[in-house]
Amino acid sequence: MNTTIPFEQAITQHGATVLRVCRAVLGPGADAEDAWSETFVAALAAWPDLDPDTNVEAWLVRVARRKAIDVTRARARHAVPTDDVPDRPSNVGRPDGHDLDLWRAVAALPERQRLAVAYHYLGGLPHTETAELIGGRPDAVRRAAADGVRSLRRAFAAADAQEGASR
Amino acid sequence: MSTDNDLFPVDEATLARLHARLERDADTAGILDVAYRTVDSPVGPLLLAATPEGLVRVAYEREGFDAVVQTLSDRISPRILEAPQRLDAAARELEEYFAGTRHTFDLPLDHRLSSGFRQTVQAALPSIEYGRTLSYGQVAALVGNPKAVRAVGTACATNPLPVVVPCHRVLRSDGSLGGYVGGADAKSALLTLEAA
Repeated sequence: MNTTIPFEQAITQHGATVLRVCRAVLGPGADAEDAWSETFVAALAAWPDLDPDTNVEAWLVRVARRKAIDVTRARARHAVPTDDVPDRPSNVGRPDGHDLDLWRAVAALPERQRLAVAYHYLGGLPHTETAELIGGRPDAVRRAAADGVRSLRRAFAAADAQEGASR
Repeated sequence: MSTDNDLFPVDEATLARLHARLERDADTAGILDVAYRTVDSPVGPLLLAATPEGLVRVAYEREGFDAVVQTLSDRISPRILEAPQRLDAAARELEEYFAGTRHTFDLPLDHRLSSGFRQTVQAALPSIEYGRTLSYGQVAALVGNPKAVRAVGTACATNPLPVVVPCHRVLRSDGSLGGYVGGADAKSALLTLEAA
């Protein structure tokens, strides 16, 4: 008998975490949603054969990392140079307002901080495993994640204070 | 390691949209082994579940929907999603049934959750016409095993497709209701509906 939990439960429990990881890695747009979708399709396909002792969240985060790399490669292949730069990105399929500002701030972090925040802080992978995935030493990964989160908190504390003052 | 839900919010609307996309992608890829949804009805919320072969389960709320989903996952496949689209036809026919405009169900059924004599009995139940009833003994005779009255009772009690496979049309020989997976109130409500 299979003792795996119903897949629907895995989505309920881990769908938001995987979306945070995808957004931190790929930005808050369509690429992150593509990576989320491909992650859960691949996970559903493999689900019946998964060892019941697996840490499901960590496993999903690792699948999401592979799918994020696929999406990045596909985007690079299909990128065509153009003189017509769009005025601003579409808001379709994007978080709005304050949320979008947050994800833009994440996107603006130095890359190592951003990936450390994605996989270690948001995805919950141990800093040793995160270091294997993104390169570098484990203690440096832990520091990069902490620095990234601190600068996001600082940026948003300032923004909230400003917003409060202007009310 | 805890994530910071306040600093990194994700909105429910986006997750719902991604879920709907996953339902379509999984079905297209042929890896949606069980789809389920809930519907409201005059006898309370019902859970409907289908495999690619057909409707496999109708459950009453008193059975515990979480437990029903877990059992479907264990017995059929853990590739199970809340994916309403596959249940559109079943939901529509049930709505028509409860409105009194439909007397027979025209849905592909997947009988894999029962076997042997139980399945034989359950397969025979749709031959009891809308608005009619038989006793457990009469059903036993109908399936060619007139002494198997108790086994017919068990087959009715374990019917994985109540309402659609009309085990509610089987009563005790003295005319009293007998048991029902949806409870006595639901059984008498269905019989009252069909007598109208």
